[in-house]
Amino acid sequence: MSEHKTTEMLQAEAEKLWKDLEGKTLTPKDRTAIPPQEMPSRDPIQRAHEMGEVALGYTETQVRVEADRCIQCAGAPCKKGCPVGVPIPEFIKCIQNGDYKAAVDTIKQTNLLPAICGRVCPQEKQCQSFCTVGKMMKSPEKAVAIGRLERFVADWERANNKITVPTPAPDTGKKVAVIGSGPAGLTVAADIRRAGHSVTVFEAFQKTGGVMVYGIPEFRLPKEIVAKEVENLKKMGVEFKTSFLVGRTETLEQLLDREGFDAAFIGTGAGLPKFLGIDGENLIGVFSANEYLTRANLMKAYDREHADTPLYDAKRVAVFGGGNVAMDGARMALRLGAEKVYCVYRRTRAEMPARAEEVAHAIEEGVDFHFLENPTKFIGDEKGKLIGVELLNYELGEPDASGRRKPVAIPGTEHVLDIDAAVVALGNESNPLMKQTTPDLEVNKRGNIIVDENQRTNIPRVWAGGDIVLGAATVILAMGEGRRAAASMNEYLAGK
Amino acid sequence: MHKILEKRQLSYDRERDQSVFYYKVEAPEIARNRKAGQFIIFQIDEDWGERVPLTIADANAEEGWIAIVFQTVGATTRKLSVKFNVGDSIPVIVGPLGRPTHIEKKDGIVLCVGGGVGIAPLHPIAQAHHKLGNKVVTVIGARTKELLFFEDEMRDASSELIVVTDDGSYGRKALVTEPLKELCDKEKVDEIISIGPPIMMKFCVAAARPFGVPITTSLNTIMIDGTGMCGCCRVKVGGQTKFVCVDGPEFNGYEVDFDNMMQRMTAFKDKEREADHKCRIGLDAGKVSA
Repeated sequence: MSEHKTTEMLQAEAEKLWKDLEGKTLTPKDRTAIPPQEMPSRDPIQRAHEMGEVALGYTETQVRVEADRCIQCAGAPCKKGCPVGVPIPEFIKCIQNGDYKAAVDTIKQTNLLPAICGRVCPQEKQCQSFCTVGKMMKSPEKAVAIGRLERFVADWERANNKITVPTPAPDTGKKVAVIGSGPAGLTVAADIRRAGHSVTVFEAFQKTGGVMVYGIPEFRLPKEIVAKEVENLKKMGVEFKTSFLVGRTETLEQLLDREGFDAAFIGTGAGLPKFLGIDGENLIGVFSANEYLTRANLMKAYDREHADTPLYDAKRVAVFGGGNVAMDGARMALRLGAEKVYCVYRRTRAEMPARAEEVAHAIEEGVDFHFLENPTKFIGDEKGKLIGVELLNYELGEPDASGRRKPVAIPGTEHVLDIDAAVVALGNESNPLMKQTTPDLEVNKRGNIIVDENQRTNIPRVWAGGDIVLGAATVILAMGEGRRAAASMNEYLAGK
Repeated sequence: MHKILEKRQLSYDRERDQSVFYYKVEAPEIARNRKAGQFIIFQIDEDWGERVPLTIADANAEEGWIAIVFQTVGATTRKLSVKFNVGDSIPVIVGPLGRPTHIEKKDGIVLCVGGGVGIAPLHPIAQAHHKLGNKVVTVIGARTKELLFFEDEMRDASSELIVVTDDGSYGRKALVTEPLKELCDKEKVDEIISIGPPIMMKFCVAAARPFGVPITTSLNTIMIDGTGMCGCCRVKVGGQTKFVCVDGPEFNGYEVDFDNMMQRMTAFKDKEREADHKCRIGLDAGKVSA
């Protein structure tokens, strides 16, 4: 592991570079010679026991240096990699000119939640994987750090109270119901409210924000940022109804027919957590990642002094899975007091779906990765409490349908890992509630809602998007679907 | 916010220092759409409170209220019973949750068996069957006389009511399983609905098995969201993992793995005991200073 650099060290490096760059007219060659700026982060040993945000954000000098790495190449390939088509070279140009407000406003033309996306988007698989600078350096990790630049200008805007709340068009008298207050729902709410329609967002939980509040931990996405975005929507006149479960408190049909909503958007997100289907998974101490994270995040159980929701005390925790949720679970376990945290994944680091940065953070913080292993059964004591897991070794075989090499079990390699809690992070099945309570709604065999290219469902006046359509995806993909749905809904409402 | 319209103490268990309370609270949207068998989740504090599921014991759509009945078994229910009075509001109630009870016209008897605090969730189910014209025979039981409640309400919702106590201090001295067996033996019982402590439901299932009468049990496991997202409430039913919140709360009693369910319900017992202890000290301290 390389030595951890403090913000001061990184700032000093950036200052040195900036002295040479400031005021100069740079050629593309000058620009590509600038070294990529490393993200300042809190000390790994200390932060692994605290809930505070890990990535601290660029300093202003670092931002100027990093922005100067963008060569404003022809064709702007980065834009193609963005699910919502953020005008990336344009906003970076604004930063190069020192105009942060213009930069953030440019991003907001297509992305309403830059402070969030700058933190949680898998940029190395999206915009940054297309970046010409990264290609020249033969590594997407050396691409222009688009996400970090995005985060900086969004944070700058918030910290300096420069947020401009869009003024909605004059009232149209039309009413839209948005079901779910996660990234898809918030995006739809903003776009539709802007067009002058009245919007009510229904949220089943007591707090708004969906997965950004119950799932993604504080140390990766401070809840205050999500709350601020919701507050801005309220300022625009969007109404929020929490503790309202559409389907049960009122059905979709009742909203459309009895409550007079002209259209509805379903953005209910992922649903039932998947379990492994092996012996012992109902033992005490086996949790879905959703439960584990919801207790700690939404219910704030990490604050033992104030929260009523209990945590399960565990010293040796194993997390199963290789995605972002698995990384969140493993890193959360450390923060909740585990002495040893394992991450068990049946492929290798190269195949992990998690963001590279999250994996790196987890390793720095001391998570012990067990690659090419998979559980075969959970072992409990006489009281039904988890005491261990039996694992089997795997090797990579031929590529499967997804193109990834298929893990193949090696018979006879069973071995036991002593653990007292297990966190299963293998994704989610779709939540059956909307389908159960809206029988005509068409879903595929996995239970995901079927939509057309405009996110329209088979039910008139009803659109859907985000994880309930995509299965488990990302914040930005959900927002992309939300934008598409909102455009189609606005068009429909205008013609009505 | 849900204003408390009425508050009554239904029973007090001296031995365990636990009470059962009845609260009637404003919840017009829930009252309008709730059906027998469904539940709510409440929090006494939006930021720090835990989410606790409770079956709806009664409701009135016109007047816009629901009734909840709870036993003071932990810190949250204890705080609710002491700090929340008529005119105060419960900050979070979401519902109705879960699948409603399947109510249909039956030729034979619908046998409702309720034990302890389980009598409350049984009430709307007996009511719904009774309203549809089914012959409802209800058995309610408790350890001792002081713990019984809803006798009049259950009598109104049934064709016949049988009351039993373990110690014979009121009604017949018997466990609820005894009248259950007798009725299944002598009469045409089409369905049994059993709600109470898991151990009672387990014994009701065992008692019904020789007669082959279908038996429905309603499970009250630990939950967080109550919408299918966390899987905390899962139980093994018919060899498969089911979520009480969205697949239930009612399941075919013959298929429920009650032993696994009872184990899972102890997951946070130590913590709950500790929290309850702290809570009592806090509440007592409050009393002294007040």
